[in-house]
Amino acid sequence: MIRIIDLHKSFGPKVVLRGVSLTIEKGETMVVIGQSGSGKSVLIKHLIGLLKPDSGEIYIDDVEITRLDDDELLRVTRKFGLLFQGAALFDSMTVAENVRFGLERYTRLSEEEVRKRVSESLALVGLNDAECLMPFELSGGMKKRAGLARAIAYRPEIMLYDEPSTGIDPIRADAINDLIKKLKNDLGITSVVITHDMVSSYKIADRIAMLYDGEIIEVGTPEEIRNSKSAFIQQFIHGQAEGPIKDW
Amino acid sequence: MASLSPNALLLGAFEQLGAVGWLFFKTMKNLFRRPREHQILLQQLEEIGVRSLPVVSLTAAFGGLVFGFQTYTGFHRYIGPGSEAFAGPIITLGLAKELIPILVGLMISGRVGSSMAAEIGTMKITEQIDALHSLGANPIRYLVVPRTLAAFFMLPCLVLYGDIIGILCGYFYNVVLMGVNRVMYVQNTLMYLEIWDVATGLIKSCVFGVVIAIVGCWQGMETEGGAEGVGRATTRTVVISSISILILNFFISKLLPATLKGG
Repeated sequence: MIRIIDLHKSFGPKVVLRGVSLTIEKGETMVVIGQSGSGKSVLIKHLIGLLKPDSGEIYIDDVEITRLDDDELLRVTRKFGLLFQGAALFDSMTVAENVRFGLERYTRLSEEEVRKRVSESLALVGLNDAECLMPFELSGGMKKRAGLARAIAYRPEIMLYDEPSTGIDPIRADAINDLIKKLKNDLGITSVVITHDMVSSYKIADRIAMLYDGEIIEVGTPEEIRNSKSAFIQQFIHGQAEGPIKDW
Repeated sequence: MASLSPNALLLGAFEQLGAVGWLFFKTMKNLFRRPREHQILLQQLEEIGVRSLPVVSLTAAFGGLVFGFQTYTGFHRYIGPGSEAFAGPIITLGLAKELIPILVGLMISGRVGSSMAAEIGTMKITEQIDALHSLGANPIRYLVVPRTLAAFFMLPCLVLYGDIIGILCGYFYNVVLMGVNRVMYVQNTLMYLEIWDVATGLIKSCVFGVVIAIVGCWQGMETEGGAEGVGRATTRTVVISSISILILNFFISKLLPATLKGG
């Protein structure tokens, strides 16, 4: 379970998070929606310890992670898989080397098991034939899927997805949505998905939280969000330029 | 650009010093922790050592030649013909203690320090360093430790190699080109040169190696703002590490005893 309590974060004079509180249950898929630049990626980076909050607490399975030292934090981090918005593949390694990176360093799997896990992970995202390719030889969508294969190869307990459908065609995006659902159903993975793609949100979310102006303004099931009385949410989910959200 | 007050500049300088000091401390802390990145260490040894051989050869050769030329001229002009055989120990001492460590340090900061900053800076702006962290890898252990170790071990090797090339070129200029007495040149050199003179240069080069690697990695990890930021990081790496090398060289020279023989 993930508990975020009153999280504040500023970069210089710019306040990004002003008291975010959110609880994500074990095995749940929580989708966080919000405008570009609303602090969604900043929020996700706090969960994995890439950023330290100015104040507030984050509990991962009852361990408060904001005060851990580097090595303790890395141990908690190994529960996570993170799909980056731009895939963040290591550009000096092949796709297979990217996927096996964590496996060969931090697991006790044999070479044979590592190889099998790499093939399985790449097959799951439809990249069976890309093992030997370098990242610069991949399209944007392929990079994203390779990044996903790297994240799930580790069999994480919690998956964080930063804009999983951005930059890929609708069919691939839907396949990734199916994969997120499959990982949740088959492996019981807890997922936090950052997106502004409402089609994906409705399909994969157990609950949706809307981040606006550094705060979570509403949390609910897809149905509750769809029927929300909030003018902010209605403007966002219908993608309208007119409405109370002006800062675009 | 708004001009900064002297106080703000001083504060900024201390902040930077604190940041690089903190990185150095974390690097030392992670030096012997597992997992050790042997593969990357080997790659870096090759990158810093083997691939720097051509540039070190050229620098040391021409450094030796020009130093040999000026020392010959000095003796010939001010002491008189025949005294040039005493140039041997001066050339050897000057090259081994000062010139070769500095020249190699400056060349490696330009060749290797800047490439470390560019590589790590690109990783930073493309979130590859965040990806390392997300996979449970400590970026200091994975990126900084192998580079620092490799620079620490390879700089003295390069300096020793440069010493040999430089001294041979100094000999070549004086003995082969200018006809200085070979036996006296060698005899004088061996009489006045101590192993400690060469060791001083090697000790300096170990320090320079650590400075180059830490500054390069630090600038890389501080990179912000896309391709322009990477360019800025590489330039700053060369400037900061070159200046640090020149300043540290003076203080290490003052700190280390001139000779290990008594008196």
